[in-house]
Amino acid sequence: MSADILIYVEHEGGQPRRLALEAASKATQLAGEMGGRVAAAALGANAGGVVERLSQYGVDDVYINESDVFDQFLTDPHVEILAQIVQDMNPGAILFPYTADGKDIASRLSARLSSGLVANVVDLEPHDGHVDARETIFGGNFITTVEVRDSLAPAFLVRPNAFSPEESPKSATVHEVEYTPSEAARRARKGARVQEEGAPTPVDEASIIVSGGRGLGGPEPFALLEELANAVGGVVGASRAAVDAGWISYSHQVGQTGRTVKPQLYIAIGISGAVQHRVGMQTADSIIAINKDPDAPIFQLADLAVVGDLFKVVPALTAEVRKRKGE
Amino acid sequence: MNIVVCVKQVPDTTAKKELDADYRLNRAELDSVVNPFDEYAIEEALRLKEAHEGEVTIVTMGPPSAEDTMRKALAMGADKGVLVTDPALAGTDWYGTSYVLAQAIKRLDYDLVITGMESTDARTGMVPGGLAEHLGLPLLTYAAKLTVGDGTACINRQIPGGYQEVEARLPAVVSVVKGANEPRYPSLKGIMAAKRKEIQTLSLADLGTTDHVGLDGAKTHVAAATPRPEKQPGELVRPDTPEEAARVIADFLERNKFI
Repeated sequence: MSADILIYVEHEGGQPRRLALEAASKATQLAGEMGGRVAAAALGANAGGVVERLSQYGVDDVYINESDVFDQFLTDPHVEILAQIVQDMNPGAILFPYTADGKDIASRLSARLSSGLVANVVDLEPHDGHVDARETIFGGNFITTVEVRDSLAPAFLVRPNAFSPEESPKSATVHEVEYTPSEAARRARKGARVQEEGAPTPVDEASIIVSGGRGLGGPEPFALLEELANAVGGVVGASRAAVDAGWISYSHQVGQTGRTVKPQLYIAIGISGAVQHRVGMQTADSIIAINKDPDAPIFQLADLAVVGDLFKVVPALTAEVRKRKGE
Repeated sequence: MNIVVCVKQVPDTTAKKELDADYRLNRAELDSVVNPFDEYAIEEALRLKEAHEGEVTIVTMGPPSAEDTMRKALAMGADKGVLVTDPALAGTDWYGTSYVLAQAIKRLDYDLVITGMESTDARTGMVPGGLAEHLGLPLLTYAAKLTVGDGTACINRQIPGGYQEVEARLPAVVSVVKGANEPRYPSLKGIMAAKRKEIQTLSLADLGTTDHVGLDGAKTHVAAATPRPEKQPGELVRPDTPEEAARVIADFLERNKFI
């Protein structure tokens, strides 16, 4: 096993997604400590566009194949070419983003290679020539240290925002990878991609959630929350009470019987903080609560609890945020 | 069309989870339920059975008590169950689980395997991929909608902001998302009928394999675990004006690098 660290790069419009820059930064640190190189794999149309930015974030070698087989078919060709790449490279670790595609590719690849894979990774560190992972389990209630053994390409599904992007400029070498897809690579064919009108980022994927509860009193005040969510770069969530009352659709629901939420920031507005709801959002890194009742149970969970009239505070906050962001 | 649904027995979500000396989940004290994400898989299979005829078989890997959980799936309308249970399975990871499930499924006659997208306890979402790989089948994941016709499965794969159509020839593995359908509640008649439905029990010896199972069979090893510290209560403020409230909150956002 070499000390090289490989990252799998998701890209959009010829640019690496932020997740890739986070992974590249950590890979640079790991490879530096372990004495290896940082490699990246980018596949599909416009993959070559990622080289410049990845170079800035410490990547030494970028493996590219721009065949449209990667855009036309789901998962299988990606697994096939990565299996080929890692046979030669024998990396100390492969970092995948913890996304739908990342999970599919990482799990199929690791099963194919009979190689270890750790999900929900929030940290990585070198240990005796291997890479150990810290994994978050049970909704963040425990962090485990996981060692990977006997594996051709120990793989790690890294959570968003586990690492911060840090520039470490290099001049990356581009390697065009020769690859002929097998019949099996073309099994899952992609068809039309459909954007749904106004479909928000799913609540359980958002890192910032502005959530409304019974205190809103009706559907209209959710428009105020939408404004605030736009200003802070988040999505609108809702308590079960608000959804059951028909004020907003179920897809926004947060809480025990809705979606489990692990955001970085959760702003609870007009939400009292009943047990079900707390279980759902308890693992948020930061919680701000706005409620006119100083005894609201949600204030027990909040890092910042603000007693006030949400109908006035929320618009004022939206304006203040916009001002500070220079909009 | 015969369908296999993989169902996992998990602890009730609200229960406080504790780890034992091997850093494994201590399941003894906890109430067990069908993995909520798997209910959508069961429902999807039942809908397809109603449209296309055929059998729905529930396949579960778990302790002997998992039979009770499987009865709930049978009560919804599945036809029969296969439970792989063996003391040596304790501590098996995602890879071993997908391998064992695959060995059990290979003994069945099926056109489609449906799973939930992840389990509420482990939350890795990796078993569908491992399963598809061990079965040598195409994998269609995160299906918000599934239709089958002419020997092809077609899904709307959930992506941020919408969906992507993906299709594959059967046999295939499909994982469905939460909210793909509304899982039915078992009727009293269904619950009574479930008691008489067959659940075949298989041990590892019956499957003819002991590979990849148990703590020793795993490629990953938990070396340590630390509980998350209890959250400390934060700061309570009562600003005099909405503008002051806005400033206090915006200061917090800046300090914590949200803006």
